[in-house]
Amino acid sequence: MPKVKIPRKSTNIDMTAMCDVAFLLLSFFILATKQKPPEVLAVQTPSSVSSKAVPDKSIIITLTKDGRAFLMLGDETKKPEVLANINLTKGLGLSAAEMAKWGKSEFIGLPFNQIKSSLSAAPIPPDKLPGIPISDSTNNQMVDWMRSISNVYAGGNQSDLEKMILIKGDNDALYPVFKSIKDAFTKNDIYKFRIVTNGEAVPPGSELANSAKAANK
Amino acid sequence: MAEMDTSSGGGHKKGPGVKKSKKQSTRVDLTPMVDLGFLLITFFVFTTTMSQSTAMNMNEPKKDTTNQTKVKNSGAMTILLGKSNQVYYYYGQLDPTKLSEQFKSTTFKEIRNLIVEKKKATPLGDLMYIIKSDKQSTFKNAIDILDEMTICDVPPGHYAEVDLPEAEAKMIEQTEQANGIK
Repeated sequence: MPKVKIPRKSTNIDMTAMCDVAFLLLSFFILATKQKPPEVLAVQTPSSVSSKAVPDKSIIITLTKDGRAFLMLGDETKKPEVLANINLTKGLGLSAAEMAKWGKSEFIGLPFNQIKSSLSAAPIPPDKLPGIPISDSTNNQMVDWMRSISNVYAGGNQSDLEKMILIKGDNDALYPVFKSIKDAFTKNDIYKFRIVTNGEAVPPGSELANSAKAANK
Repeated sequence: MAEMDTSSGGGHKKGPGVKKSKKQSTRVDLTPMVDLGFLLITFFVFTTTMSQSTAMNMNEPKKDTTNQTKVKNSGAMTILLGKSNQVYYYYGQLDPTKLSEQFKSTTFKEIRNLIVEKKKATPLGDLMYIIKSDKQSTFKNAIDILDEMTICDVPPGHYAEVDLPEAEAKMIEQTEQANGIK
């Protein structure tokens, strides 16, 4: 019987294709990952069953555990206008250079009377900032901020602004602080806003789950 | 793919004095590079935390003192939020002679059943949940109770947040002292 010859094949596999795939996936993941917006301080948000995504370029009011409030203007085009409006209405007396410097800071967490002096001094780390004064109803500076914001955004659609205003509060923040922020909104005729929460599944067996099931049938 | 054409073009003959240089393969072993690629992928996948931030809509009532909504006593349920995640509730209006019977305390776990019970027992037109938050309650409590309304599928407009009157704040305080809640 003739011997069956098995041709010896090289075990070298061409890795080029695999390499291509690997780096393609890598670049996809890097590009598809959305950068987390910067945070003043770590905040543990409450959870809700809402599933709406947080929009970009939003105005975020952060409420920390110890009751300090910070403002973050996400829209870089509108930010200088808001700051200029505040400078004008509150008579902060900032020069153009100071305004430019102020525009670079990501968070606003100082009372009006400290802004000018803070711009010439060394920057204060976010966790040391005193926050915007809100707890005193006679000196609720969030009212002034919201007025400037609604003035600047006045040309646009009101419902767009409503979607952009977000309150990001810590679980342990006390209710009165939240209340004074709500007061700042209502004083400026803003009645709709949003709250940043952690997504949560609808509890099975609850009324909402049942009605969602009925709607799907 | 990763090889280059190393054959000398045309195959023309070189002169007798020219030595034939040894042809070296330009094939590179790409295995380590693949390893590196997948390593980076796994690194990125594991370090990325999915941010599940969602936005909850919130509507504040317009301050309109001339047009206040009247609520039927039979359809009203008032939910009060106290400190340490305590929840108090009563139906209808507080009757000063029957305070201890009306004013009950509960927890966030049980409030859902109470909300659903009330919803089932009351015709929708009369149904109204009134939410009042104490100074000691937290932001989480305020959001949780609104979320609870969504979970119980209470239609919007049938629940409202109202300021806590002084008398009821005292009642919460007394109950908290009696129950030993710090």
